[in-house]
Amino acid sequence: MSLGPYASFIVTSYALVAAIVVILIIWIAIDYRRQRERLRELEASGVTRRSGRTATEI
Amino acid sequence: MTALAALIRRDIKIALRVGGGALIGVLFFLTVTVLMPFAIGPDLPLLTRLGPAILWLGALLASLLTLDRLFTADHEDGSLDLIVMGRTPLELACAAKALAHWLAAGLPLIVATPVLGLMLNLDATATSAVALTLLAGTPALTFTGMIGAALAVTLHRGGLLLAVLVLPLSIPVLIFGVAASQAAITGPLAFGTPFSILCALSLVSFVVGPVAAAASLRHGLD
Amino acid sequence: MTLIDLANPTKFLSLTARMLPWLAGATAILLLVGFYQAAMAPDDYQQGATVKIMFVHVPNAWLAMFVWGVMTLAALGTLVWRHPLADVAAKAAAPIGAAFTFLALVTGSLWGRPMWGTYWEWDARLTSVLILFLMYLGLMALWRAVDDPSRAARAAAILTLVGALNLPIIKFSVDWWNTLHQPASVMRIGGPSLDRAFLIPLLVMAIGFTLLFVTLHLAAMRNEILRRRVRSLQMMQASQQAA
Repeated sequence: MSLGPYASFIVTSYALVAAIVVILIIWIAIDYRRQRERLRELEASGVTRRSGRTATEI
Repeated sequence: MTALAALIRRDIKIALRVGGGALIGVLFFLTVTVLMPFAIGPDLPLLTRLGPAILWLGALLASLLTLDRLFTADHEDGSLDLIVMGRTPLELACAAKALAHWLAAGLPLIVATPVLGLMLNLDATATSAVALTLLAGTPALTFTGMIGAALAVTLHRGGLLLAVLVLPLSIPVLIFGVAASQAAITGPLAFGTPFSILCALSLVSFVVGPVAAAASLRHGLD
Repeated sequence: MTLIDLANPTKFLSLTARMLPWLAGATAILLLVGFYQAAMAPDDYQQGATVKIMFVHVPNAWLAMFVWGVMTLAALGTLVWRHPLADVAAKAAAPIGAAFTFLALVTGSLWGRPMWGTYWEWDARLTSVLILFLMYLGLMALWRAVDDPSRAARAAAILTLVGALNLPIIKFSVDWWNTLHQPASVMRIGGPSLDRAFLIPLLVMAIGFTLLFVTLHLAAMRNEILRRRVRSLQMMQASQQAA
């Protein structure tokens, strides 16, 4: 598939889109893990929620 | 004297005092305009072409600088709470404060424009064009800037955030202000077109600004 | 399960946990199909292969405005109805919308160089989208500047509503001004003027990116709810230790 004389522009565009989307996914995933970790720590240190449910329960 | 007129008088009096913000705004305007030729170089024709833009940019930055004072001084001594709780509608009180701010801080900028126009090698037509567009556009800067000032009033390090919030809203005013000035000086484009849009921006800001600022103050001050 | 149940964060979390895998899967499939169709699309007689940039630029530009629209609805939810999840939805959407706006600007710039000969032009469409990007950044700064989440939500809601005034300007800027950017060829009265060979991949990519936003948004909302739970538990812990 020939992309013509401006192939680098096309490839760079798609690569940037892929990169930013991947960064977004990774950032959200890491944030999720971090919050779950903190909830586990809080649970372990004995704090209870008002509703009585466990801190880590989704 | 009605409450609103009293508010306007009070604000103007405070602003005109030393350290009150009005004179500092003009001083900053002067500083920016004087620094530009040093940065650009003594190329007079170039300065003439850039003159309206430099004046507009200086006026925008000067009004941004003084916007901080719109609400913070009142917030610190507690009078902002009284204004919010008072019987006059908060939207009108905000509009009154913005009007006072423009009279005290915006008008001096317009008065200073002819003097600064001389330093930038602008002729009479150019200077009066810039002054007229500033007259039509600085109210928009004050009234939309008030939104940022109201949002940032309760933040401790609010000043920089205020600038970040206000700048995107001020860009259209800047664009049309400079476009109108250029149209009056050189342009094939009629002066009326960008000038009427500039006036429209100001008129819209007279409504949107106080409404949004009042909402921000109500929600932010609990 | 009624709509009102969605206002309960816990119910929302369990619903999200069930839906996210399906949403992610559908997103991946649509984006892959769209990418394949974009690759197979014919060359434009004028632009050649660079028309393929359209298939990523246009969906990102649409989403840049769409996300601000979502945040505007959330802002109304916060200010008017005080819906508990409106704050969370608004805060979670901002960084994602900013990323799409950034991509729209960058891919547009990379498309502009071969097509118009310049990476950037200060015309109405590009300037108003750049202003939109600056507003996203300002909004994100505002969220993080106020400590109390509900106060931050109300301040952000007001700024979102003011910024919503920019959306019609962006949409109609290519009609009102004589801009370098081309006029609308899809969302216009009279239907799309784009050829089917380009329209189909474009729509597939657009739906794929929209699903991507929904997936990321729900996941980010889940994170925000958990973050608030952490915050309230930490405060409870601090007060328990003080007692």
